[in-house]
Amino acid sequence: MADDIARLDDMAHLDGNALAGPLSEILSVEATTAWWRCPQCARSGTLAQLHVYGPEPGLTARCPGCAHVALRLVREGEYLWLSMGGSSGAFRFRTA
Amino acid sequence: MARAAQLGGLTVAVAWHRARLAERRPQTATARSLVFTVPGWPGHLPGQHVDVRLTADDGYQAVRSYSLAAPADGDRIELGVQAVADGEVSPYLADDLPVGAEVEMRGPLGNWFVWRPEQTEPALLVAGGSGVVPLAAMIRAHRTAGSATAFHLLYSVRTPEDVCYRDVLDAHDPHLDARLLYTRQAPPGAARAPGRITQADLEKPAARLEPDSAVYVCGPTGFVERAADLLVDLGRDPATIRTERFG
Repeated sequence: MADDIARLDDMAHLDGNALAGPLSEILSVEATTAWWRCPQCARSGTLAQLHVYGPEPGLTARCPGCAHVALRLVREGEYLWLSMGGSSGAFRFRTA
Repeated sequence: MARAAQLGGLTVAVAWHRARLAERRPQTATARSLVFTVPGWPGHLPGQHVDVRLTADDGYQAVRSYSLAAPADGDRIELGVQAVADGEVSPYLADDLPVGAEVEMRGPLGNWFVWRPEQTEPALLVAGGSGVVPLAAMIRAHRTAGSATAFHLLYSVRTPEDVCYRDVLDAHDPHLDARLLYTRQAPPGAARAPGRITQADLEKPAARLEPDSAVYVCGPTGFVERAADLLVDLGRDPATIRTERFG
């Protein structure tokens, strides 16, 4: 895992602030202030603090401490796919 | 804020607003202030951003995020746009989109990287390059609110020619302590040698904060990581450091 983090750190990442727009299409409550706790390393914070890796149309938000995947967001035409956590399946939202 | 539209019998939120470019002001050789008129704009908090969507003739769409640079003036909002060399969207917005033309916009977005006038602790704002845009909005809102809370700004830029919002920084403001950190070339006679932000740069303003003071750091990812790490090394509680990266 340490190697994974080192490799990820070499890539420019954004943070959860960048997900405010896309998530506003499918969630009715402002999402970036939502509190989150990492099931892997127990670090906690807001969605805004997650590290976000692209490139679009797929965005992966990871724990800033251990790189555990918190959510994935994939744009596919009129759909936005949301998958939360690593093995929880994905939700597909119609956005247009 | 969102208009409702009928689609296949379902009511869905349409979050995209039409925004007309009203004014373009150069800040530096490559940075612009763009003022848009957005009918029905609901107002926003300093630090928030918008998403701008451009649609090409062939239907190709590109969406980019830009920070709001000032409090809203009715339905007029100001964005800060830095033209990125080889960028797909920013050079077009910065120099080619005609005044009077429309783009699509959604927002205001993000409730995390914001300053609220109710905050009474001194605050530290740390900007790298065009990361100064949302912090300029905070400084202007702080002034508009007549807040007597101390604001400390550290603004890292390559050269004196790269400084944005000179008018905001130079205005008389007894509650703003602003310091420019030049990374490549400093003005003649500057006491600080050009270079990246250091612990020594952060030490002085950090010493004037309270334990629960908010620190806002915005800039390129590498700058934000470095500044946040230095602040933690100085003993700041990571929970008080709010960051925004733009890649």
